[in-house]
Formats: sequence, structure tokens, C-alpha cells
Amino acid sequence: MFWTSYLLAVLAIVLAWPVPIFLSRAQWPARSPFTAMLLWQAIALAGGLSMIGAMLVYGLEPIGDNLIAGLRALAGMVLFNAPTTALGFWHLFALSAAALLTAHLVFTLLLTYYKIERQRRRHRELLALLASPSTEGVGTVVISHDSPVAYCLPGGARSVTVLSDGLMAALEPAELRAVLIHENAHLSQRHHLLLWAFAAWRQALPWLPTTRLAQESVNSLIEMLADDVALKTESKATLIKAIAIVASGSASSGAGAGFQPSGTAGLALEGLETAAGVTGSDSARTTASRVSRLLSPRPQLPAAIRGSVLAGCVLLLALPTALLIVPGLLG
Amino acid sequence: MASLGELERAVMDLLWAGHEAATANTLRDLLAQSTEATGGAAGHEGKELAVTTVLTVLSRLEKKGLVERERGTRPHRYQAVSSREDHTAELMHEVLGSAPDREAVLARFIGSVTESEAETLRKLLGHI
Repeated sequence: MFWTSYLLAVLAIVLAWPVPIFLSRAQWPARSPFTAMLLWQAIALAGGLSMIGAMLVYGLEPIGDNLIAGLRALAGMVLFNAPTTALGFWHLFALSAAALLTAHLVFTLLLTYYKIERQRRRHRELLALLASPSTEGVGTVVISHDSPVAYCLPGGARSVTVLSDGLMAALEPAELRAVLIHENAHLSQRHHLLLWAFAAWRQALPWLPTTRLAQESVNSLIEMLADDVALKTESKATLIKAIAIVASGSASSGAGAGFQPSGTAGLALEGLETAAGVTGSDSARTTASRVSRLLSPRPQLPAAIRGSVLAGCVLLLALPTALLIVPGLLG
Repeated sequence: MASLGELERAVMDLLWAGHEAATANTLRDLLAQSTEATGGAAGHEGKELAVTTVLTVLSRLEKKGLVERERGTRPHRYQAVSSREDHTAELMHEVLGSAPDREAVLARFIGSVTESEAETLRKLLGHI
């Protein structure tokens, strides 16, 4: 039982620090965003599980040979006032920390959900009064605003994609189609659930490197996934143009006209990546990596490598689960 | 009967267009006029719109913080809290702003970029 808590602690530390840093610097996620997304989820889940599990197992060590026996003994102490002399200070400390961390994670998840839902409801209420239905399709509305803006507001059957007048004016029909397909991909692939989970994860443990890196990576990966859906029907050039027009239009204060060709596309891209990498925000980095993977596409990861990453995901989840449960089943 | 949502929208359009406070009665008359003008909107079928319905719509809008009542006068006069443009600006600020949890609330096609990044993208655009 004792070695279990150490193994879980090692796993928790590895997943909290070196693994997310390596993964966030890796180049391959842009080649297979879906696989990378699964890996981030496995890291977050396994990380949380092993963190709580390590403390729980350590704290229960004196009163049970395995997790189940330990929990049973603990229930006896809490519910039936059984003597607690077996538990030392550090055991009680670890148990309290495990309970607090679990409650904190669940509470933050619910609180984040509530906050997001409240903001979305308010946003939908205003849209119902301000925006008019679009000819582009069901669930698409147009709002009168000069900047080129496109976004989607998830909400089950009430999901809505919003386009601005400025966007409709700036884009060619094909580019507009690419934007709409991109936004609808977010909705149909339920990306908001991922964003919610990782936003809550970061909110709960803001000091943990994993949570920030995971959220940034997931934000960027869902954009790539949506781009890939758009590329099934629209050309790469169309999508890049749409991205560039929307990005340049939303930053400049109306001076977006007059695109001046200078240098080469490769040089311009390099400039973009440098600018975004050094001083840029998360979203600027995301835009840079999106454009760069469209301009210089690299093949998807070979199936064998994708398979082994998936196997790694399963292993990541199975390992802490097995460490927690198997000793109880054997004993 | 038009849905409450549609009526809310129609009432707000009137208040935004009118720029001044109006009573529920005035609003009902204006709504009836606009229905006639469009040849009777679907669902109305010539039925009179009840003032109580307009009052229900107004109180819903008041709860949402979109209209306010002038206290002291009877009957109450209602007006829009802010203009349509201000509300649109508020909405777009929410979309374009950099609130930390905005990314989880809605998914934008392109996140915020700085002027220099936009400049680079514009150059890039010249080559495609």
C-alpha cells in the first residue's frame, strides 16, 4: 500500500510538469490535432486522479491494506466514532487535502459551468433583440457591426453562429462558406465541452503549469480541427484568405484596405511567428500556428504512431486506476 | 398570437426608434399599426393585441435590464435603457474583449491579434 502512494505521487508530478511542457513544445500536434487532444485529456484526467489518489492512499495506509479496506475503516471513524489513534498528523493532513482538492475541483467545475451558462444566456437574449436571421442558414444571424466578426455561441438546440455586416462585406462567398463551416464544426464537435473542462481545470489550479499549457493547447487544437473540417469542402487559399482578412480587419481601426505585397509569403509568416511568439497573446500564437500549418502542410502522423499515442492515453488512465483498485481486488 | 420573443423584439424596435418614453397603450397601438401595415403578421389574424400582453412583455424586458419605467407618472411610461448601438457595442465588446473566460463562452473564428501581427497577415495576403 505504501509504495502505491509513492508511485501515484511520481505519476502526478510527471504529469503536472515535464510531460505538459514537452507536449506543448512538440510539433506533431499540428499534424494530428485529434490525437493530441485525446492525449491532453488523458494527461489532465490521469494527473488529477493520481494527485488525489496519492494523498488518499498515503493517508489511509495505517488503517487498511488497500484502498477499499482503508475507506471502510475511515467511514467507521467518521460515521461511528471509531478510535482514530492509528492515524498520525500527516495521515490526517493528506486525507483532508485529498478531500479538499476533490471538493475544490468539483465545485470549480460546477461554478465555471454556471458562469459560462449565465454569460451565454445574457448574450443570447441580446442577440434575439439585436441580430437578424441570416440567409446563410438556420441558426445563423447577422449583427450590424463594421468589424469583421464571426463566432458561435453554443447552447444545444439554441446554438447560434453570429456574423457581422463587416464580415459579410469583406469576404467572398467561398470565404464566408469556409468561416461558417469552421464555426459549425465547433458546434457539431462539441468543442465547448472541452473548453469548459479545461477552463475549469485552469481556474481550479492556476499555479499548476499543466493547466495553463493544456488550456492554450486545447484552444489552438480545436481551431485546427475546425479548419480541417472547412478544408474538406473549401480550398486552402480560401481559408487562409478568410483568416487573414478577419484577423487584419479586427485589429486595424478601419484601415484594413490596400494589401501591399512585399517580401515572400515565407518571410511574412516567419515575421508573424516571431511577433506572436515573443510578445503575442495566446490567440495570436494560435492564429500564427493555424496559418503556418495551412501554408506549409505536413502529413498526418503515421497510423502506427497515432495508435501508440492512443495506447499511451489508455495506459495513462489505466495506470492510476489500477494502482488504486487492483490491490483491493487482489487482497 | 405572436410569441413573446417576437413581441419583445417588436417592442424594443419601437422604443429604439421612438427615442422617447411610451405607455403600454401607445405601444399596443403602434404594434397594431405595424401589424396592419405588413398586412397582418402571421398568427395575429386580426385579433386585438391585449395591453396586458404588452405589459407582460415590458416587465420581461425590464427584468432583463433593457427598458426602464418612469416612476411617478400614471400610466407608467417605458423607455429603452440604452440605444441599439450601445447594446450592440456592449455585445461586441464582450466578443472582441480579452476577458479570460471569454474563450469558453463563445468560439471566435479569429482571436484578438495585435496591429503588428495583423500587418504581417496583410502582407501575407498579398501573396495568395
